[in-house]
Amino acid sequence: MDTLPIVGADGGDVRNYLTFILNGKTQRVDNIAGDMTLLKWLRNQKSLVGSKEGCAEGDCGACTVAIVKTDDSGNLTWRSVNACIVFMGMLEGCAVITVEGLNGPDSELHPCQKALIDFHGSQCGFCTPGFVMSLFTAWSNKHGLMAEDIDDTLAGNLCRCTGYRPIVEAGLSLKNAKQPQWELDRNEILKKELLKIKSSEPVEITDGKNSFSVPTNYEDFSTTYADQPSSTIVSGATDIGLWVTKQNRNLSNMIWTGRVKEFSKIDQQEDFIIIRPAVTHQEAMEKLGSKWPTINALWKRFGSVQVRNSGTVCGNLANGSPIGDLPPALIALGSLIELTNRNKKRKLPLEEFFIEYGRQDRHSGEYVSGVFVPNKSGNNFRCYKLSKRFDQDISAVMMGANLSVEKTKITKATICFGGMAGTPKRATEMEKALLGQPFAPQSFIKASKNINKDFDPLTDVRGSADYRRKAAQNLVMKYGYELTGSFVPNLADRNQVENLVS
Amino acid sequence: MKDTDASAKEGIVHKAIRHDSAHKHVSGAAKYVDDIAVPPNTLEILLGQSKFAHAKILSMDLSQVENFPGVIKVLTSADILGTNDCSPFAGDDPIFAENVVSYLGQSVFAVVAEDIKTARNAIELADIKYEELPAVITIDQALETGNVLGPPAVIECGKVDQALAKSKNKLEGKIILGGQEHFYLEGQAAFAVAGEDTDIVVHCSTQHPTEIQHKVAMALGLSNHDVTVITRRMGGGFGGKESQGNLPAIVAALAAKLTGRPAKLIYDRDDDFILTGKRHDFQISYKVGFEDNGLINSVIVDQAMRCGMSWDLSEAIAARAMCHAENSYFIKNMRITSHRLKTNTQSNTAFRGFGGPQGIVGMERVIDHVAHHLNADPLLVRERNFYPHKTSATHGITPYGQTVHDCIIQDIISELKKTSDYADRRKDIEKFNKNSEFLKRGISLTPVKFGISFNASFLNQAGALLHVYNDGSVYLNHGGTEMGQGLNTKIAQIVANEFQLPLDAIKITATSTGKVPNTSATAASSGSDLNGMAAKNAAEKIKSRMAEYLAAEAQIKPEAIAFEDGMVIVGANSYDFAEAVRRCYMGRISLSATGFYSTPKVHWDPKTFKGRPFYYFAYGAACSEVALDLLTGENRILRADILHDVGRSLNPAIDIGQIEGGYVQGAGWLTTEELVWDSKGKLLTHAPSTYKIPACSDRPLDFRVQLFSEGENCEDTIHRSKAVGEPPLMLGTSVLMALSHALQSVNGRSSYPNLNAPATPERLLMQSVGLDQANV
Repeated sequence: MDTLPIVGADGGDVRNYLTFILNGKTQRVDNIAGDMTLLKWLRNQKSLVGSKEGCAEGDCGACTVAIVKTDDSGNLTWRSVNACIVFMGMLEGCAVITVEGLNGPDSELHPCQKALIDFHGSQCGFCTPGFVMSLFTAWSNKHGLMAEDIDDTLAGNLCRCTGYRPIVEAGLSLKNAKQPQWELDRNEILKKELLKIKSSEPVEITDGKNSFSVPTNYEDFSTTYADQPSSTIVSGATDIGLWVTKQNRNLSNMIWTGRVKEFSKIDQQEDFIIIRPAVTHQEAMEKLGSKWPTINALWKRFGSVQVRNSGTVCGNLANGSPIGDLPPALIALGSLIELTNRNKKRKLPLEEFFIEYGRQDRHSGEYVSGVFVPNKSGNNFRCYKLSKRFDQDISAVMMGANLSVEKTKITKATICFGGMAGTPKRATEMEKALLGQPFAPQSFIKASKNINKDFDPLTDVRGSADYRRKAAQNLVMKYGYELTGSFVPNLADRNQVENLVS
Repeated sequence: MKDTDASAKEGIVHKAIRHDSAHKHVSGAAKYVDDIAVPPNTLEILLGQSKFAHAKILSMDLSQVENFPGVIKVLTSADILGTNDCSPFAGDDPIFAENVVSYLGQSVFAVVAEDIKTARNAIELADIKYEELPAVITIDQALETGNVLGPPAVIECGKVDQALAKSKNKLEGKIILGGQEHFYLEGQAAFAVAGEDTDIVVHCSTQHPTEIQHKVAMALGLSNHDVTVITRRMGGGFGGKESQGNLPAIVAALAAKLTGRPAKLIYDRDDDFILTGKRHDFQISYKVGFEDNGLINSVIVDQAMRCGMSWDLSEAIAARAMCHAENSYFIKNMRITSHRLKTNTQSNTAFRGFGGPQGIVGMERVIDHVAHHLNADPLLVRERNFYPHKTSATHGITPYGQTVHDCIIQDIISELKKTSDYADRRKDIEKFNKNSEFLKRGISLTPVKFGISFNASFLNQAGALLHVYNDGSVYLNHGGTEMGQGLNTKIAQIVANEFQLPLDAIKITATSTGKVPNTSATAASSGSDLNGMAAKNAAEKIKSRMAEYLAAEAQIKPEAIAFEDGMVIVGANSYDFAEAVRRCYMGRISLSATGFYSTPKVHWDPKTFKGRPFYYFAYGAACSEVALDLLTGENRILRADILHDVGRSLNPAIDIGQIEGGYVQGAGWLTTEELVWDSKGKLLTHAPSTYKIPACSDRPLDFRVQLFSEGENCEDTIHRSKAVGEPPLMLGTSVLMALSHALQSVNGRSSYPNLNAPATPERLLMQSVGLDQANV
């Protein structure tokens, strides 16, 4: 069907079809609803039914596919994502590989597929394509198949049959396996094909009812959004995807941050590390996590690889999502949030951004254009996450804390909790109680007794109010013990757990 | 014909063969119901659900839904051509609620539309007026109001009250066990096509094609022979597809019938959670009388179970819970009372173990409590009370009257104690705990004895259909269904072994009611026991016909014919199998046979709750060690050692897979998997974001699983194997008891921690509050 050219914000033409590569074949896709997900498209339009819908919310991984791009130096980068919450427009310029696209010539199975067979890694088989793709992405990245990171590689894939042991062993067996020549050749071809479809053209796709805009520069994005403030800004779609799949919401216009070239950067200034709107959790984690191992550990539990590969830091904050484990940590670090309306920018302390449950200090036409994380925050920063399950679970209680000590006295303390109120909230009474106190466990124990002055938490499916109070109090104590050098349990820490095994 | 079973040629059975579909699983080529290429005019269906747990339907205006563009039909109870019921037997589960809704989420109507998005948009326009009625949601509410499905059921043996009174020590207590969502990765799914005349074909993700066939026929006013149900495989079942597939299959069939177009009904994850039943949650109260040496004289157990709004399979589940209330222990005086409570919640259903897990955890709690009272290692109390070993002069008798003559739990425990180094580790742990304030460890070794067979004796039957085509290829069909447990692989092994053919000579085919009729559900762990025997029976028939013909042809005795290594030995000649088959075909010999099997020796009186419901028992034990963070309640399974008895394993790789998966699933049930309803009966945990099954890192870091090497079924089962589907789930009990052990080590604690399940971090933290921080 012919579609009329859509006029871009700058008056120029906007391309009305997508170009991407699917299992080695270039696709040109137009006349498609902006809220069409990759999974639905694969299954319904392309009859590629190997990718499964297990939950339609990015929690089970049965729909995992690989998204391939080239980086600045022309090397391939591989990301596993949950196809159930990827919108089609997000594929512009990428290659998608599904489980059907893995095998070599003459249907030779890929080593990742063979390993799962050899180790009896499938039973009912429904989750298996997703596991294959998670292993394949790790394999292609040459990272994630060692004993210390295999659990992270597979945290976003649920299996109800096997108990995981054979899948883990299949994964570990791959770490030293050689890439077949046909795969190396295929990857070379893929690089070239990706170059061919490389463009910086803005794109907008629509079926006449639901549109999805893919602007490529900051001016376009700002103007488009300022002109249409009712549009929905999409970054990773790890939350907005669910508005469609779970809430059946009709999002008539979506604007995607993902291809805006200024948005995918992590800027480093002297005082701040600046995380721009399209920076994924994974990218931010690699940057901030190397500086603060505690936030690295938090990020691993906060989202699976698939979720970290899609979701963005700014999106997480902008939505004020209760699934936000990051705000308490970022607040404890003293981060600022930047909001932009056309060319007007303002910055405020992150904690002030959250007004009440579901309401943020974001005016019409404004978007979150960056998070400014202070570069110099010290060694006393820690975060603690509490949930029913270690991986891929929303916190019952989340604490980020930081403090300064001078001459054995606490001179400054920031303790921020998630899960204790409608928004991320600082424990101001506890903080006050710490000030001027000796840097010793007793000070933290005493301070923790202010819990009822600071919080009146809710009871919900994740925990009772009593539990939240008690746990929050204990986390403050734990923080005190940990900083002052006592052993504290940390069962999310694989090394500690390994040392306990008798 | 020579007997291959006794010979050394059992090459293909007892071997660790990979799952027959493994290749297809990993390449995305294994097709599930939603993957079937459907005609372009296929309709998609969405169920309209009740918004209240209990309410009168005052009026229902669906005209706006019906008029929505793209909606082809709206179905309500008025459209049902036969009976408005999808229950497995009790007749109390309406397909579409009429007049009254009985749980929040219940199916009230269905939208049949061009696509699911249209159906989702249209369904919001339904205008249904309700008058809310008082709802009974929890076990406590049902107990208070006396809301029951039937009167209490009782099993009793010995002189319970006298023995309790005479006991030196007495304890009482209570444990609450949460339910469990199946969380099969593939949701309920059905795809129906109406054919000519009155024919209907339904592709369905079900453990029980025959029941679907019968229920579809009833609802559509047809005979069973009009309906064909086909199941190639399920993406997991775990009991959740024993009866819960009836509703979507019936609605899809009804839609196909009434519109003349193919129709598909796939539950998405949230609908699946909200519509379908789960493992029953239980409250188990107990009184126990025992001696100082740990010998238990008398146990009184009250099992209160939340059945939901209808019977579903609860009667049989209650029976199994009662028949496992003593686990591996010979309790001479025992009274088990079951309260089958009716509530305005999802009708709870089969789930791996089928009541057995709740019964067994209840008894293990009793043991743990007794041991705490005696300040003894719980394993000593366990050992003191086991059923006598199979070699003992006298055997124990279960409370329901079955003699236990195959007990090998002592052998398993003594080997596992050694291999897991239980005693030394327990000592180390207790020492560690004395010196560790915030981190505690715990260890527990618990046994499982699980009865194999359907309690209802008539269900213990199965059929198979085997064709040998004239090129020598073998087409295998049987009444069991494949849900990932490797049933098809095992049965192909059995048939390949009979003919002494390589495995790939045997074609595995989809289960179909048109091929094997009147089947029982693939349930009760019985799949390979029953269908394996039936398939063997069919193969034997064809073999003996071939042998007879070939012997006559060669003028030798049929006993001289042997099937060996892909060949048929006929006296001095040997033919390859295809040639032998060709000869038989030319000789006009029937190369197709049905096979049949019915389990011997079993009988059960559902009125008196006495009999021999189980052909045999499967045994196993697990030793789990955990670490517990007392500041947060977070915990990890550090190591698990399992020794499990599968008789002579049909396929060690598949059996180990069942054991590992069962253990992790059992551990999940007892730790992280928490179902939460609000006071209005709304299920709040209805997706993986809120309901947490074990993830990869939740498996034991050190996981050592062994099959009991001396295992051999003393009953004449298929190749002397034992069923393996359900029993390993109860190995997860050791995790709950290990956590209890860790809590008992909290400094300054003397009271028994009454740990309920799931033992979430919250429950564990709240159990240790006030004890560990006395100095703070």
